Amino acid sequence: MAMLQTNALAEDLVHHQTDNAVAVSGVSKNYGDVEALKNLSLDFPRGQLTSLLGPSGCGKTTLLKIIAGLLEPTDGEILVNGSPVTGPGEDRAFVFQDFALLPWASVLRNVAFGLELRGVARSEREDIAIKYIKEVGLDGFEKSFPHELSGGMRQRVGLARALSVDSDVLLMDEPFSAVDEQTRRKFQEDLLALVANENKTFIFVTHSIEEAVYVSDQIAILLPRPSRVADIIRPTGLREKDTASIRRDPEYLDIVDEIWASLKSYVE
Amino acid sequence: MKVFGIRLPGMSSLLLWGLLWEIVGRSGYSFFVPPLSDVVTTLFEIIGTAAFQKALYETAYAFCSGVFFAIVIGIPTGILMGKNRLIDELLLPWVNIFLSAPLTALVPVLMVLFGFGMKSIIITTTLFAIWIIILNARAGVMQINRSLVEMATSFGATPWAAFSKIYFWAALPEILGGVRIGIIRAVKGVIIGQLLISLVGFGALFELYSNNFLMKHFWAVLVVLFALAFTISEFLAYLERRVSYYAAKR
Ligand SMILES: Nc1ncnc2c1ncn2[C@@H]1O[C@H](COP(=O)(O)OP(=O)(O)OP(=O)(O)O)[C@@H](O)[C@H]1O
Ligand SMILES: [Mg+2]
Repeated sequence: MAMLQTNALAEDLVHHQTDNAVAVSGVSKNYGDVEALKNLSLDFPRGQLTSLLGPSGCGKTTLLKIIAGLLEPTDGEILVNGSPVTGPGEDRAFVFQDFALLPWASVLRNVAFGLELRGVARSEREDIAIKYIKEVGLDGFEKSFPHELSGGMRQRVGLARALSVDSDVLLMDEPFSAVDEQTRRKFQEDLLALVANENKTFIFVTHSIEEAVYVSDQIAILLPRPSRVADIIRPTGLREKDTASIRRDPEYLDIVDEIWASLKSYVE
Repeated sequence: MKVFGIRLPGMSSLLLWGLLWEIVGRSGYSFFVPPLSDVVTTLFEIIGTAAFQKALYETAYAFCSGVFFAIVIGIPTGILMGKNRLIDELLLPWVNIFLSAPLTALVPVLMVLFGFGMKSIIITTTLFAIWIIILNARAGVMQINRSLVEMATSFGATPWAAFSKIYFWAALPEILGGVRIGIIRAVKGVIIGQLLISLVGFGALFELYSNNFLMKHFWAVLVVLFALAFTISEFLAYLERRVSYYAAKR
């Protein structure tokens, strides 16, 4: 049944040729003998949030790092805004699962650090950083150090840092996995607002089916051995609905069930 | 430390040992152990002399130069070894050999190579200090959080920016630990170098005093050196504590 739907969706996509911010075609990645990715192709429509969902070890982080230019694929090509990826670039920014904050630097310097590395003058980058610190709801903490913040606040710093370089594409590797459930829900709502307000393309790795369905325009389900895109699901109907009631929506529940059904066999 | 419920300041036990020294000295037990009070009086006498000040200046010069070279060569070398497998494989055996080698035995060779003066002493000092500085900087870099490096790379950091903004700071607690031990070793190095070469600084002074059996002078200079070494080490420990707050949180 899942296969049928894939075909239907594939046709659907051909008919509504969307503008892709990122296009991954035929990418393979081997770690020695381990085939982490094999001939994987996937498009990421501009201005939308695409989730990569799949069981542990299926290559989500690998794919994200290849798109980021942090890893080189063994084979295949990635296009960002039409030009091939050869390394990290200003058009992409990464949000790390473990935050990756400088413990010796204040929140302000951490948020401005991406701009600092890109050679933006101090006063200018700090103005930008202050704006995004406010945007992620951390005003008043500019002078704090990471060890003085909670996990959720640290992730906001990481997010503000990625936002402040103003890249077209935001790559997020399980950004909410280290925070508690309440904070996570708040983050998911904030993320929806971000997708709506910032004209950016989000690529989002998650373990959580509910999270993927809640925040995504498009969900790519990855399966291991050989790693491939098993299914692409577009919960289009949900995006028009009020964020507060999505979780009670029948369509939401159906999609969650459907994804669970196709993943179940790999978890057992 | 607490005695009879009264809190004593740190190191007050030194008073007790000083008292013991004084008693042994006054008992006339040995010509080589003059009473502490005499030593202290002599100390203040010789501190003003030109010979002492010259020795102090020369020692300080050799020590500072030696430590300077050990730090500016040692830290980058250690960081490079931690970052690069190839460099590490090439250099690590040598660093380990020199770390445990009896360097004192090398001093005569240095004298032949670099002459009987300041240059040899500076090199001896550097050789005493540098290995532990390299090893610690290397260890600091090797335990660095990988995602910090990836973060810097993803924002397009140049190799120099990664070095100066990430690696150095991430390894700083270990680097400072290494510098502290290195400096303590450098104190040994500068004194041993001077004693063996004995034409410069305190080496010359020691030679003079011990050849003429001026025990009070001899001890006075020794007390000064011990106090200097101890003060330097304590000061470094204080600096180290100031940065270690984030060591656990990297
Ligand atoms: N540096 C590496 N060296 C060797 N094998 C690796 C390396 N990194 C990942 N792998 C392997 O590649 C596969 C995919 O890893 P990856 O980290 O991309 O998975 P993931 O989907 O992100 O998993 P998780 O959900 O647990 O984070 C795994 O089987 C892993 O063992
Ligand atoms: Mg992962």
